[in-house]
Amino acid sequence: MKVKVINKYLLLGLIFLMGIMPLKSVASEGKEDGKINVQELVMEHTNDAHEWHITTFHGTKISIPLPVIVKSSTGWHAFMSFRFDEAKNGVYEGLYVNKDGKICEKNSEGAEQRVMDLSITKDVLQLWIVVILLLVIFLYCAHWYKHKSPESDAPKGFVGFMEMFVLFVYNDVIKETIDEKHYKFFAPYLLTVFFFIFLCNILGLIPIFPGGANLTGNITITFFLAICTMLLVNVFGSKAYWKDIFWPDVPWWLKVPVPLLPVIEFFGVFTKPFALMIRLFANIFGGHAVAISLACVIFTTFQLSIVKGATISPISVILMIFMDLLEVLVAFLQAFVFTILSSVFIGLAHQEEEKPQAEITK
Amino acid sequence: MPSFLTPDFGLLFWMLIAFIVVFVILAKFGFPVIIKMVDERKKYIDESLKSAREANEKLANVKAESELMLKEARQKQSQIMKDAAATRDKIIREAKDRAVAEGNRIIDDARQQIIAEREKSLRQNREEVANLSIKIAGQVLSKNLQQDEQQVAWIDHLLDDLTVSK
Repeated sequence: MKVKVINKYLLLGLIFLMGIMPLKSVASEGKEDGKINVQELVMEHTNDAHEWHITTFHGTKISIPLPVIVKSSTGWHAFMSFRFDEAKNGVYEGLYVNKDGKICEKNSEGAEQRVMDLSITKDVLQLWIVVILLLVIFLYCAHWYKHKSPESDAPKGFVGFMEMFVLFVYNDVIKETIDEKHYKFFAPYLLTVFFFIFLCNILGLIPIFPGGANLTGNITITFFLAICTMLLVNVFGSKAYWKDIFWPDVPWWLKVPVPLLPVIEFFGVFTKPFALMIRLFANIFGGHAVAISLACVIFTTFQLSIVKGATISPISVILMIFMDLLEVLVAFLQAFVFTILSSVFIGLAHQEEEKPQAEITK
Repeated sequence: MPSFLTPDFGLLFWMLIAFIVVFVILAKFGFPVIIKMVDERKKYIDESLKSAREANEKLANVKAESELMLKEARQKQSQIMKDAAATRDKIIREAKDRAVAEGNRIIDDARQQIIAEREKSLRQNREEVANLSIKIAGQVLSKNLQQDEQQVAWIDHLLDDLTVSK
């Protein structure tokens, strides 16, 4: 009973922190000669970076330096990112960070040139945090089951919650959309995708270090996930699926002189994963952008006048808390949508060949 | 272009590795364990329910069966009692018969013995009487025969008697 109450307060506190923390981090940065550049702030928070910026306190930047690993025309370089800050003009070993936050070098003609960049950036570090968390959570759950038999009680607490969560995806998403023969094969991938996206989204909502990077709002991540789904759909697609694409069951004039429908269907192969990629990316990026913009409202209004700031800020704070709660829902919803759509596409690619109309009416 | 809009090679590379790592480990040691256990638990519960139902049915059957058995036992009991009574009666009757027969036999034997004894004693008596009478007769004769004429007359008389009786 006591634990429950404590948990409730912890949760409330966490939600409150989620609302308040962006304020703190925003408050001390992005102020160039007293003016706040909202667009720049949003970009800085959503972009990948070579250091993990926490806050700027009285003009000193407090950030976690991250390793830079690049291969330039002069070979491999590996050093910590604070070297750029220390170096003169920000150029270290002929390398510098350009205005988009990418590491570049000058070629012989003096033109800017990208280098092969395998650095552990903010997003990469966040990625590994997600990976470790996922492994810890699920291996802990799996370990819990190790010494149990089917006769023992069902798990309670965290393991029970995770079991419920896994089963929700397994039973209500995967089993519902993929036919009986194939769902077991695709289940691990879809479960991994679901929990990966969900955890990325949730960690993205935490404004300080172990979270806060805009991972699922980075098109590289959603691009990769969409490619995975596309490969799984098309590599394991059944004969009927390919026949439906190149020779769909429509009147002949839609496909013989001009292969109108085959072309449309073929484009569908690419547009479906493309939609997956854009949907997840845009939702999460949008959420981050709105949350930060709402935080910026406080500072911009205070800059206009104290009265305006004092009246608008409470509304802004309430809106931010609302946004963060909404984002928790969106975090789940987008993971769910990505998984169920992937699952549906895979399920459609495994449909048995449709029986001709005559047979059905019989 | 902001970097979140342009697929970045480094991030893609790390994403590939990270995702493969997490997928391989979870697909092997994570989700199957959970799903397998849940499936097994489901099966166990289903089986338990089924066996409980069966046990209930069996219990009902057992009740009916036991009642039937009780009835049968009771029937058998009365049958056995009846049989036992009959046997008892039969044994008693037979014993009585045998006893009567034996008694009769003993009585017969005794009777015969008595008869035999009587005859024997009769015979003895007769012999004794004869002997006594012979002795008496001898004594009488020895006394009377001292007179010759009388003796001759007696002998004649006797001879006469004998011949006449013949």
